[in-house]
Amino acid sequence: MKLLRMTMRTALRALRRNKLRSALTMLGIIIGVAAVITMVSIGQGADAAVQKQILSLGTNLLMVIPGATTSSGVRSGWGGVSNLTTADAVAIKRECSSVADVTYFRRQVVQVIYGDQNWSTVAQGATPSYQSVRDWPVVAGSFYTQRDEDTANRVVVLGRTVVDHLFGPGEDPVGAQVRIKDVPFRVIGVLESKGQTTWGQDQDDVLVMPFSTAERRVLGTGFIGTVDMIFASAVATDEIEEASKQITALLHDRHHIQPAQDDDFTVRSLNDMAKASESASQVMTNLLLSVASISLLVGGIGIMNILLVSVTERTREIGIRMAVGAKSRHILLQFLVEAIVLSMVGGFAGMLLGIAAAKLVSHLAEWPTLLSVPAVAGSFLFSGAVGVFFGFYPARKAARLDPIAALRYE
Amino acid sequence: MPNPLIEVRDVWKIYELGDVAVQALRGVSVEIAAGEFVAVMGASGSGKSTFMNIVGCLDRPTRGVYRLAGTDVSTLAADERAAIRNRQLGFVFQNFNLIPRTSAIENVELPLFYGDVPLRDQRQRARDALAAVGLSGREEHLPSQLSGGQQQRVAIARALVNSPAVLLADEPTGNLDTRTSEEILDIVRRLNEDQGLTIVLVTHEPDIAAYARRVLTFRDGQIVADVQQASGRKRVAVGNIET
Repeated sequence: MKLLRMTMRTALRALRRNKLRSALTMLGIIIGVAAVITMVSIGQGADAAVQKQILSLGTNLLMVIPGATTSSGVRSGWGGVSNLTTADAVAIKRECSSVADVTYFRRQVVQVIYGDQNWSTVAQGATPSYQSVRDWPVVAGSFYTQRDEDTANRVVVLGRTVVDHLFGPGEDPVGAQVRIKDVPFRVIGVLESKGQTTWGQDQDDVLVMPFSTAERRVLGTGFIGTVDMIFASAVATDEIEEASKQITALLHDRHHIQPAQDDDFTVRSLNDMAKASESASQVMTNLLLSVASISLLVGGIGIMNILLVSVTERTREIGIRMAVGAKSRHILLQFLVEAIVLSMVGGFAGMLLGIAAAKLVSHLAEWPTLLSVPAVAGSFLFSGAVGVFFGFYPARKAARLDPIAALRYE
Repeated sequence: MPNPLIEVRDVWKIYELGDVAVQALRGVSVEIAAGEFVAVMGASGSGKSTFMNIVGCLDRPTRGVYRLAGTDVSTLAADERAAIRNRQLGFVFQNFNLIPRTSAIENVELPLFYGDVPLRDQRQRARDALAAVGLSGREEHLPSQLSGGQQQRVAIARALVNSPAVLLADEPTGNLDTRTSEEILDIVRRLNEDQGLTIVLVTHEPDIAAYARRVLTFRDGQIVADVQQASGRKRVAVGNIET
């Protein structure tokens, strides 16, 4: 303990003697550690943002998409022909135990007119449970109810983007009269802004009305009873897999799909998408991390270089220390501690710089960053390890000097 | 001599320089008792420095035996010799060999640090050692702020701080003017006379050797003369200005 304290003092004094050189030596480590921390923060921040966007579609959400049907030998892609029905959705809700709630909708691009303004947007006709399944609160007014659904009321809830395009600033859309495909509607609510999806689609450029209203009054009567998509929410996150299986099994049965036949629907969960994006951002993070690690390595080599110079410069001092009784381990420890102090102080400075840089990036570039405690602690400890690793060779070189030659060294 | 402090028996030192073997010491035997003041003389290349390195446990003989205080130290490993140097030997060099940019007291503390002396005792013992060579009040001075004579006195304090059995001085006045040399040699002589410290002093100047009571002369790796002399010639010829 005492030995360590004394060695520490000696090392610190030696480093203070050459302040500029010590600072420059640390620079490599500082940049390396700062780079690791900043990169990981940006990577994790981006990842968290993507996850948040994906989950903004709804909590524990499963999407049942029609498509991949074979009709007279022609296979169509997803969403080609709507062969999901309202009865399918009702059956899912009734029979799948892992499903908490179900909503279904039809959608169409429509022109919506208010006063002298008009805007083209996606109209969704959905059951009232759409709000709870997609976990989408209103910021003004209210969502429509089962009563509106039953009576096919001409009420509509607008997305933020639609409101922004039709209404002037300060104008209250709730209670306003709009025309959708020339059918008059009363606006009863405004949905909270959800922002963009990961693929850049504006989730707020939408209006929602009761399913029955859409089917009977707006979207036409081409395919009564069919739906464009069914959303189901699982009862819990770890039930998503099970819910997906139950829905698949149920629809197999209902659509009479033979074992050899392709499914005419697809069940996708948001977790699949979240996982995919997570692995993509993991690749990116690893890439950044390896670049940053290289700069740490270069910093370590810098430390080794300076220590080798220092050993040569202080050969005489080493000789004196040996003459008065320093054993080789004392000399080894002295230089090793110097290397570790250099790299740890550099690591600490780099840590502060990295945290500051991450904050600055989220402030200036408005990129989300997320400080990762393991990355901060890990890169700091790694800088210490770099010190040990690259300090060992020069330290051993010093410890192995011949005292007589060292004393005579000019 | 019943129990010599330093006992060197037929010591050879041979350096292999490529194909040539240089015989620096060729069968040196000598005994030095505790309390002696021995000067080692000889031209450069005579082997006196090699002899000092071996006596100082900085080097090992190629052949032969060296016993220090009854212990054979000629076969010890490097770290064991470091421990012997730390506890039993004190060194004073021609060029002082203080660690630069390190205060006087910290230089003196160095052997205590490597000798595992408790931290709280180190400062006091170093302070006492500096006081003994007349440097009280200069503890925090750096070597560059001290004169040559003062630096050498710091070096003597450092050599003595661990109470060694032998003080080895290698041309201790080689870089000093006559007056300062005299001061340093006076300190060395008093250590011998008042405290009975054994002293081995390497020099090539007869004036300096005159301080000792026994003179070993080296030539071509061998001791060619071993002369006891009166201690009355202490001040002869050194301080020409004074006399």
